[in-house]
Amino acid sequence: MVQRYDAVVVGAGGAGLMAALQLAGRGHVAVLSKLYPTRSHTGTAQGGIGAALGNHEEDHWEWHMFDTVKGSDYLADQDAVEILCREAIETVYDLEHWGLPFSRTPEGKIAQRPFGGHTREFGKAPVRRSCYAADRTGHMILQTCYQQCIKHDVHFYNEYHVLDLLIENGRCAGVVALCLATGEICTFHAKAVLFATGGCGKMYRVSSNAHSLTGDGMAVVYRRAIPLEDMEFFQFHPTGIYKMGILLSEAARGEGAILRNKLNERFMERYAPALLDLAPRDLTSRAIYREIREGRGIEGKNYVHLDMTHLGSEVLDKKLPDITEFVRTYMGIDPLTHPVPIQPTAHYAMGGIPTDVDGRVVIDEKNTPLPGLYAAGEVACVSVHGANRLGTNSLVDILVFGRRGGRHAVKFIQENDWVPLPAHADEPARALVSQVLKSTGKERAADIRDVLQDEMMDKASVFRDAKGLTAMRGKLRELRDRYRQVKSEDHGARYNTELLEVIELGGLLDVADVLVESALARQESRGGHYREDFPKRDDANWLKHTLAYQTPKGVELKFKPVTITKFQPMERKY
Amino acid sequence: MQVTLRIKRFNPEKDKEPWWGEYKFAAEPTDRLLDALNYVKWYLDGSLTYRRSCAHGICGSDAMQINGSNRLACKVLLMNLGQKITIEPLRGYRVIKDLLVDMDAFLAKYRSVRPYLVTHTPDPEKERLQSPADREKFDDTTKCILCGACTSGCPSFWADGEYVGPAAIVNAHRFLFDSRDEGGEDRMQVLNTLDGVWRCRTIFNCVEACPREINVTRAIGEVKKALLYRKI
Repeated sequence: MVQRYDAVVVGAGGAGLMAALQLAGRGHVAVLSKLYPTRSHTGTAQGGIGAALGNHEEDHWEWHMFDTVKGSDYLADQDAVEILCREAIETVYDLEHWGLPFSRTPEGKIAQRPFGGHTREFGKAPVRRSCYAADRTGHMILQTCYQQCIKHDVHFYNEYHVLDLLIENGRCAGVVALCLATGEICTFHAKAVLFATGGCGKMYRVSSNAHSLTGDGMAVVYRRAIPLEDMEFFQFHPTGIYKMGILLSEAARGEGAILRNKLNERFMERYAPALLDLAPRDLTSRAIYREIREGRGIEGKNYVHLDMTHLGSEVLDKKLPDITEFVRTYMGIDPLTHPVPIQPTAHYAMGGIPTDVDGRVVIDEKNTPLPGLYAAGEVACVSVHGANRLGTNSLVDILVFGRRGGRHAVKFIQENDWVPLPAHADEPARALVSQVLKSTGKERAADIRDVLQDEMMDKASVFRDAKGLTAMRGKLRELRDRYRQVKSEDHGARYNTELLEVIELGGLLDVADVLVESALARQESRGGHYREDFPKRDDANWLKHTLAYQTPKGVELKFKPVTITKFQPMERKY
Repeated sequence: MQVTLRIKRFNPEKDKEPWWGEYKFAAEPTDRLLDALNYVKWYLDGSLTYRRSCAHGICGSDAMQINGSNRLACKVLLMNLGQKITIEPLRGYRVIKDLLVDMDAFLAKYRSVRPYLVTHTPDPEKERLQSPADREKFDDTTKCILCGACTSGCPSFWADGEYVGPAAIVNAHRFLFDSRDEGGEDRMQVLNTLDGVWRCRTIFNCVEACPREINVTRAIGEVKKALLYRKI
């Protein structure tokens, strides 16, 4: 079956919906999602969206820009960061005009709270910049964007999983997707395609990510000779619920919560004397692991405490109701009276599909766009997060660049015609699916995924070195061989979620491969990428972006320069 | 602990009728029921089918009947369920496969109440002001995650499939009581019908079913009052 649209958006989280809203009414547009729209992971974002509104105290987008650049360990492209921080402000007002129920100041303005790494006057002290709706900001953004899509009659294909990207004569021609309800393989012929499929956190054992975050969009474009940028930079959020990885927002520390070790010390005093518990995530996660390694984990185990006992029920119930409930539900303890066991949790891919500031996918060191192809949100790498993302900036990213990508795509579909579909457009996707369904192999996908998640956690997470990463490279080769023998028990067409999980696992293996090769090559420590064998940042050799390509011989790496405008790299201290 | 999951299975591609699958295995008491379902799917029977995503009660994918009550599988721990756990799909929706039901009709009802802010006055340069007290009036109903548990648990809905249902009314409430909204009249017309709010018989099943602890019946009551007295 072939459907024809001007534009197809893949993914229905914040970035996808924001792009679709630009396209709605200006062309024939469809949104594909492997979930129902309000199930996307944007909904789980808690603490807020950063924008220098200055509703409580003086603030400026330039300060936000400086914090973002410094937070990125100077790897972010500063032209893109400037756009991010300037447009954050109007984007937040747009959301408010669409009805987003922000929490309010006594004067009725949008309420703002402090957040990790966000400061006044270029690093002097924390500033209230995170615009929030209790600790449900992502939920409100996702609901509000979906509500606007209903208002503007956006057409959704729910529960369609993207399998392949179509390129003809160097231009985007559409995508191929699996309809989960029927098992049908459908071709979407489109002038423009925007990928907004989110991240790949499920390659790690302890993760804040949804089961569905398996790097689908990254893997699909990577297999079509498009590079992935800066994939070695993966963020571990400091405060995940012990063992489960469920996120406890930085908003908790924004409201005054404190990290403590087994001696009850406020150990962040040693690592970030100015910002303390509100230091950026990379630094805080490493601090927690150092405490654990040096024997100061609680009961000698691999966790520390997040202490909220002094915040009182007014703050917990009104400003942090969801995370308070998570702790009660999943840990069986009351954060009002007991400190909460936490450990760093795999959270966010700073890297992704390289794009320019209009969301156009760029495919080489010279930033040459692939006409008609766009990406936005966690799947993309603009790069505004560089080596480490600041809290709240993921929501800013999805909205600002989802919108810019959508707007550029509007222009593109008005000025361009469809390119013909490639011959036998859906053949590779059909082959992929039938290979799984007809497999006579004996390997369980879950066993392969278990090894992947445990080994990635052990060898390619917060602390890395050549020995571990080389071992991981070998492990991935082994897992790939086993994956070729993966078995399937459900041979049906209707909602074959086993088939879906096997395909997702294939994507995770590809993306993990890119992460490990990029991490092995980068012989320095920067942001979320910390090499124990190269513990210093090395601007002379490594102030550059990694581009990883799939070739028959394996991952091939190229590099491109970082755009520096306002802020020269300095030592990063908090 | 040892657990036994009794799961109502049905695949219309090959089953004439639903049947009960029984799966016995060792699990941690602190595991979520969703972890147990994943265990069955990943290690015992790959064909078991259900929806899931975020696994901590926010995305709303995995509402189902658990020991007879509508719950999210990711928001209930095994230690609170006993050793033998009965799992069935949500009532009132067409079963597509095993625990996975057709949500399209449910979402169509949600859309019917115009769940988006309607304004006629031009947008100000900055935010529309709203006092914390006005924001509080609809706080409870902003929490809805559209999981379908309330509507599926509603006897009025079982008796009359045309009833717009508690979830749609909750979302109408969210806008009716938002001081910024100017679309109240249109929305009220949708609700002021036999299959609108008046079908509600104040049975409170929805309150018990809601995994977000929204006081659904109170919200419906407030909408009824607003209709009667034309006061929003």
